[in-house]
Amino acid sequence: MQALKDDKVSMLDETDRRIILATQDGLPLERRPYEAVARKLGISAEEVMHRLRRMSDEGIVRRIAAVPNHYKLGYTANGMSVWNVPDEHVEALGKQVGALEFVSHCYRRPRHLPAWPYNLFAMVHATSREEALEKVGEIARLLGDNDRGHDVLFSRRILKKTGMRLTP
Amino acid sequence: MQLDAVDRQIINALQEGFPIAEEPFAEVAEKLALDENELLARLERLLADKTLTRFGPMYQAERLGGAFTLVAMSIREDDFERVAEIVNSFPEVAHNYEREHHFNMWFVIATENPKHIDAILTEIELDTGYSCYNMPKQDEYFVGLKLAV
Repeated sequence: MQALKDDKVSMLDETDRRIILATQDGLPLERRPYEAVARKLGISAEEVMHRLRRMSDEGIVRRIAAVPNHYKLGYTANGMSVWNVPDEHVEALGKQVGALEFVSHCYRRPRHLPAWPYNLFAMVHATSREEALEKVGEIARLLGDNDRGHDVLFSRRILKKTGMRLTP
Repeated sequence: MQLDAVDRQIINALQEGFPIAEEPFAEVAEKLALDENELLARLERLLADKTLTRFGPMYQAERLGGAFTLVAMSIREDDFERVAEIVNSFPEVAHNYEREHHFNMWFVIATENPKHIDAILTEIELDTGYSCYNMPKQDEYFVGLKLAV
């Protein structure tokens, strides 16, 4: 993604970019993984750790963690739940919904009236469709009167999936 | 794939986060009362058998300079494959899902330049004959997985 060199992303310098490229596929499984990355880039482990901490503080790194394959773990029913909530409360409600353990993504998005009245999106993961619907019911109870209508869209098929990633 | 209690403990702990430290695996292993080498060996296996899709820093793509949006379309069933083919032919379309709904096609556009998004949507509308409902993220409240396993 050449946009990294754009002025708008001045927060990232060339070294940040090299660290991202070296780690976007994952961290090496070695006792000193940051040192292994540093060695590859010809910089110090301290520099790598310092920059990763800075990028974490700035929100460029969401977190450093393991990402499970939810299908492999039996979470095969994945529904996109969508909610019409009052705009003045969407932020507070979005944070509460996002904090639920079965919600993986929670965003505010624009309505398209009248066809699309929903402004809050929450991806729900469950092991069955019944369980997913139960969890959607849990969100509805949490929202109470602020739930002015909702729906849940289950995926039928992946039509395309290519990652979004930096290229050298 | 059979996960034992230790695997589950590792997956649950590492979904939460991984330290930035000289010997981070030793820190995690200590917390889980595991041997560091065993933690590394199990992680290697969980990644190899694809129980874990990745392990490392998760970067927020928008912050790397790209522009993204989610787009919905409502396609007639008997026209769906034709439209899917056209939409998928755009390299900027990163993910595309069929969903059970009146709005049955949902895709993500990723471009380097936010100004390109409108042009791409217009082109898709002209090529397919269907409207695009642009639903860019206005605010993010949570992203991550925290599945109890």
